[in-house]
Amino acid sequence: MSLGSITEHAPGASPSTAKWIGGTIAALILWSLVYSQLVPFSEWVVALTPVDPKSHLGEAISFFAYDTPKVLMLLTLVVFGMGIVRSFFSPEKTRALLAGNREGVGNALAAGLGIVTPFCSCSAVPLFIGFVSAGVPLGVTFSFLISAPMVNEVALGLLFGLVGWKVALTYLAFGLAVAIVSGWIIGRLHLEHWLEEWVRNIRSGAIELPPEELSAVDRIKAGIDAVYEIVGKVWPWIIAGIAAGAIIHGYVPSDLLVLIMGRDAWWSVPAAVVIGIPMYSNAAGIIPVVEALLAKGAALGTVLAFMMAVIALSLPEMIILRKVLTIRLIAVFVGVVGTGILAVGFLFNALF
Amino acid sequence: MKDIKVLGPGCKRCTATAEMVQAEANKLGVPVTIEKVTDYAAIAGYGIASTPGIVIDGKVVHAGGLPKSEDIARWLAA
Repeated sequence: MSLGSITEHAPGASPSTAKWIGGTIAALILWSLVYSQLVPFSEWVVALTPVDPKSHLGEAISFFAYDTPKVLMLLTLVVFGMGIVRSFFSPEKTRALLAGNREGVGNALAAGLGIVTPFCSCSAVPLFIGFVSAGVPLGVTFSFLISAPMVNEVALGLLFGLVGWKVALTYLAFGLAVAIVSGWIIGRLHLEHWLEEWVRNIRSGAIELPPEELSAVDRIKAGIDAVYEIVGKVWPWIIAGIAAGAIIHGYVPSDLLVLIMGRDAWWSVPAAVVIGIPMYSNAAGIIPVVEALLAKGAALGTVLAFMMAVIALSLPEMIILRKVLTIRLIAVFVGVVGTGILAVGFLFNALF
Repeated sequence: MKDIKVLGPGCKRCTATAEMVQAEANKLGVPVTIEKVTDYAAIAGYGIASTPGIVIDGKVVHAGGLPKSEDIARWLAA
């Protein structure tokens, strides 16, 4: 039976499948052609204005004219690719993988699956209850909930494109480490009784959904949907972030920034975390700022700590989670994750 | 009459899902009652981990993201 359905859905089986795949390849080629022309484009934009390219304003304009299309294009590509990857995963499948696992291994698996499982913060509460009531340990659930928003394709793709693969890889490794260790600690503390009472009383168990059969075309469509949805939602944040980055780039003096955010200022790491928590942005808005700060001599650890605090510990998410967690449990969550981020910041400034 | 429940806390996609199901039912001429379930405890009781979810005659057929209209047609025909 399964053999029959495989041949039926094999790529290239129908002319429309070939059309979709061909169209995708053509779009990717067009993408790389346009992308390679961005530097001349930004120089051309600055040349159009009567501003001296070496002046503060000229530098700010050229940063903005180069980074805006670059970030939007990179984001589109990464979100499209990740949309395809995510079509192979679902929260229900992830839950089934996690339910059988003990703490430790479970935390690591949860943090890893947090990257590839489709997740939106509007779905955080059903997901939390769905996991916990189906027997996924509380600490493992937290590892997932910390990793999913923090270590995502938008953050990694933009860091890779704007700051370089070393920083992107570092962010990946330490983001996962914070998610794994924080979740493990929360699990060890045995705080199940700090969940809201109605959550503890739900014992629904997991359901088996009928498997959805997706063809190659369906997966390409999933990638395109993801682009519409995510890029459509975050572009104002990106423009705002790049504008902030452009101002930093053109106007903030390097020596001042080194004084405040350089590696010799030890207090800047906790300050970055404390400032970062109430700030709410997503990765797309914060990374252009990160790029500008790094270029001006801010210490990598301080900047990473700031970025993680802004993305992972956000006030709106806590308000959503308040429906299922008591204030005390939220405080523990913020305390543990915040400490982890502090450790990452200090470790980095000491090592590099 | 098919008894359909759309599970979701009231997000944009949940509303869109309910509208899609209604439109598809009208197209196929299948009589349905659509109820939106927004209470978190009630949603969790169906055992899903992502929303929007669709329950037809007590059976969960879909969870997470907008459904495809071909799939809705198939569920309504079953």
